[in-house]
Amino acid sequence: MPPGWGGTLLVGLLHSIEIAIGATCLGLLIGTGGAFGKLYGGPVTRDLLAVYTTVVRAVPELVLILLLYYAGTDLINQLLSAMGYQRIDISGLAAGIFVLGVVQGAYSTEVIRGAILSIPQGQIEAARAYGMPPLLMLRRITVPAMLPFAIPGLANLWLIATKDTALLAVVGFFELTLATRQAAGVTKAYLLFFVAAGALYLALTLFSNLIIGRVEARSRRGMPSVKEAR
Amino acid sequence: MSVAEAAAVPSGEAQSGAAEAIHVENLHKKFGQLHVLKGVSLSARDGEVIAIIGGSGSGKSTLLRCINCLENPTSGVIRVNGEEIKLKADSHGHTVPADRKQIERIRSRLGMVFQNFNLWSHMTLIENVIEVPVHVLGVKREQAIAQAEKLLARVGLAEKRDVYPAFLSGGQQQRAAIARALAINPRVMLFDEPTSALDPELVGEVLKVIGDLAREGRTMVLVTHEMKFAREVATHVVYLYNGLVEEEGPPEQLFGAPKSERLKQFLRNVG
Repeated sequence: MPPGWGGTLLVGLLHSIEIAIGATCLGLLIGTGGAFGKLYGGPVTRDLLAVYTTVVRAVPELVLILLLYYAGTDLINQLLSAMGYQRIDISGLAAGIFVLGVVQGAYSTEVIRGAILSIPQGQIEAARAYGMPPLLMLRRITVPAMLPFAIPGLANLWLIATKDTALLAVVGFFELTLATRQAAGVTKAYLLFFVAAGALYLALTLFSNLIIGRVEARSRRGMPSVKEAR
Repeated sequence: MSVAEAAAVPSGEAQSGAAEAIHVENLHKKFGQLHVLKGVSLSARDGEVIAIIGGSGSGKSTLLRCINCLENPTSGVIRVNGEEIKLKADSHGHTVPADRKQIERIRSRLGMVFQNFNLWSHMTLIENVIEVPVHVLGVKREQAIAQAEKLLARVGLAEKRDVYPAFLSGGQQQRAAIARALAINPRVMLFDEPTSALDPELVGEVLKVIGDLAREGRTMVLVTHEMKFAREVATHVVYLYNGLVEEEGPPEQLFGAPKSERLKQFLRNVG
């Protein structure tokens, strides 16, 4: 590999991972709130959430990224100048996390909603019967009990998030794909750099699978193995 | 109230001088058009064991579940420990608890045992038993564990403390669920058909645990299909028919010399 460019790719990978982690965390927050809103909220909350999940899942992510990134920053700056503040430069990292987080949130809402519906209702009822306040019940009972049902879907979303970071190349965010294009463009070693980038994405996925497998095994600790139930 | 105080109340007969632990007055419950409870009253003094019997659909489980507002009554008065549960109408016209903190406090003093055990599947038995003392009642963890170990030993599950519920039999799960209920030092134990989901050969071990609790003078309200057991342990039996108390009294009277034709019929059918 031509000297210096390996480091460039690794910096790009690091940025990709930062965005993916940030977007997944934001997505989980939105998704948890969204799932509870859809399940237990009033009619207005439910309708608003239905619009959110439908629109976000209907529009291609690339379009959403362009829309939210350009229109979003423009809107914020218009608001700021209307209120008499100075225009600001929104960092690519924050914008990327926000945009992908909003997309992840819509999918997470549905994954978590399904997982909550899979919890045996008696366990929730027992928590109520013993006087658990709502937030304690969420933390101690609902979340751990739904995890075994949510993790396969959420793991998919995490892997999609790691690759969706590549879409941010179109708005000029320096992540792995943009770094690769620059390196390849300058050195003309296209095959080398794109294969290297592919290998880095693959390594990220393999490492993720290792972690996810452990988390899933831990979340299923109270459940008998399905192999014995064949 | 501590275990010792509860045990200090003489067992066996109704104590007219004892404080009223549960008082239910003119309770109505409607599920949409279905009128399940049509004005039921019930009282449990300290040390009493109230058995609620009745056919399927008579409203006996609904009555029990209204006591801690797992079902919200449509109208009526519920007092636990002399404290009336505050109710209000929500925006849909349903009756709901008016004060979340109050209902949580009252619930944390009522030990509920369910038909389907409802142990938390992601926790071992010991974790199930200490969960409410530690996280709701604020008991120190070491203290809660020490108490939980005693309770698990008492229901014969000491060596299963680190096992998850899914790996146990129904009878073992239900005994663990009873230990979980006892761990909160409940003012009253509420049993909702505790043996109905069990295989016949597992019923005995659970009834033995419940019977021991009754004999030590614990206040209990028990919905059951086990007539022989109800006759043995109850101090007072309530027969519900179609959402109303058809007949009630001491077990000898209700089972020995029932007055109501419906009760006679019911006892013939289940006996």
